[in-house]
Amino acid sequence: MTRDQLRTIVLEELRRIAPETEPGALRADRPLREQVDLDSMDWLNFLVALHERLGVEIPEADYAKLGTLEQILDYLVGKLGEA
Amino acid sequence: MIEFTMPSLGADMEQGKLIEWKVKPGDAVRRGQVVAVIETPKAAVEVESWHDGTVHELLAQPGETLPVGAVLARWLAPGETPPAAAGAPGAPARARVSPAARRRAAELGVDAEALAGTGPEGAVTVADVERAAAEKAAAVAPRAPADAAARAAEMRRAIAAAMSRSKREIPHYYLSEPVPLARAQAWLEAENARRPLSERILMAALFIKATALAAREYPEMNGHFVEGVFRPAESAHVGVAISLRQGGLVAPAIHDVQAKPLPEVMRALADLVRRARAGTLRASEMSDPTITVTNLGEGGVETVFGVIYPPQVALVGFGAVRDGRVVASLSGDHRVSDGHRGALFLGTIARLLQEPEKL
Repeated sequence: MTRDQLRTIVLEELRRIAPETEPGALRADRPLREQVDLDSMDWLNFLVALHERLGVEIPEADYAKLGTLEQILDYLVGKLGEA
Repeated sequence: MIEFTMPSLGADMEQGKLIEWKVKPGDAVRRGQVVAVIETPKAAVEVESWHDGTVHELLAQPGETLPVGAVLARWLAPGETPPAAAGAPGAPARARVSPAARRRAAELGVDAEALAGTGPEGAVTVADVERAAAEKAAAVAPRAPADAAARAAEMRRAIAAAMSRSKREIPHYYLSEPVPLARAQAWLEAENARRPLSERILMAALFIKATALAAREYPEMNGHFVEGVFRPAESAHVGVAISLRQGGLVAPAIHDVQAKPLPEVMRALADLVRRARAGTLRASEMSDPTITVTNLGEGGVETVFGVIYPPQVALVGFGAVRDGRVVASLSGDHRVSDGHRGALFLGTIARLLQEPEKL
């Protein structure tokens, strides 16, 4: 899967939880969760959705690695590479 | 005969709009079964029957807006026979539908038997079917932005009415207490490490459970103040303040929290948040919270000074979890409890959170 395909999936799942999100308006230098105002329930649902779409496990201990959209993509690329 | 009336789904509700019937004349209805969908300023709500019975007649039409208490339908009580006045004696209570109307209903996906007819002797006509189909389509159509704005304004008015009443009628007192949370955090981390992603537990579930258990020890925090009298509740139905993405909030209940194991509280919370945001809450969830928990720590605030949702008498707030602690706060109704008992109640929540494995 290419990074662009992965980005499409991540944004699709994000918009399912926060339909008002405009991907073009996301800033690369700010944590996604903060920009889109995801509370802990939204965040958990977002990760569950990614897990179901991509089959990756995301331990709670890794949450700190999931900051900006690009960091999330880096993390998922790494995880998918391990599989 | 049992009357099924427009329910009051919170102190702020004066009227509701019937969106859809889930039953038709002749259907058996069980207590707790969802029988209708009602739209309030805050949400579309699935309304349950409070009684067992058989649907005798549906009086309200989808699309109608009616005041709280208006009779929407009548059930026959178990064992009751339908009154003989209408139709042949002993004939089953069944809608008359003209053959043309029946054909049109099949084409449009409308349940003709569930309609109240306007034809001769109450027969359902083609026009009745077409009107019902149009109303159904309008009810389920995606909301246009202008409609969403009107809805947001309506919700704002509903919140304003309830909160104004609260501040007018309830002499609030406020207490707060820093609660050490390191043990709960460590326990949760270990617990979540061995749980699949979809079964992870959030700290909010611990707050809700601890509040419910403490409320059982301090009954003056858990119940309703109605017509000058406090009625303690027999169970802790914890209302959870849920903010909606389009603005506004709802505070539906998780029922019998004190009796639910923590994973079940978490599942109920996730389900409630999902349905609150999708607009499919149930009437009993909207109408019967006995105490409310609001968790505002996500935005980083330290302490919550909450407004009690009448007719409840207490609201427990949690701020941000920071440096291994959280500030728990209580807004109490001074007509029902005093600061001393409130302090003991908060202290009990704090103590319960020190033993997360027992929650």
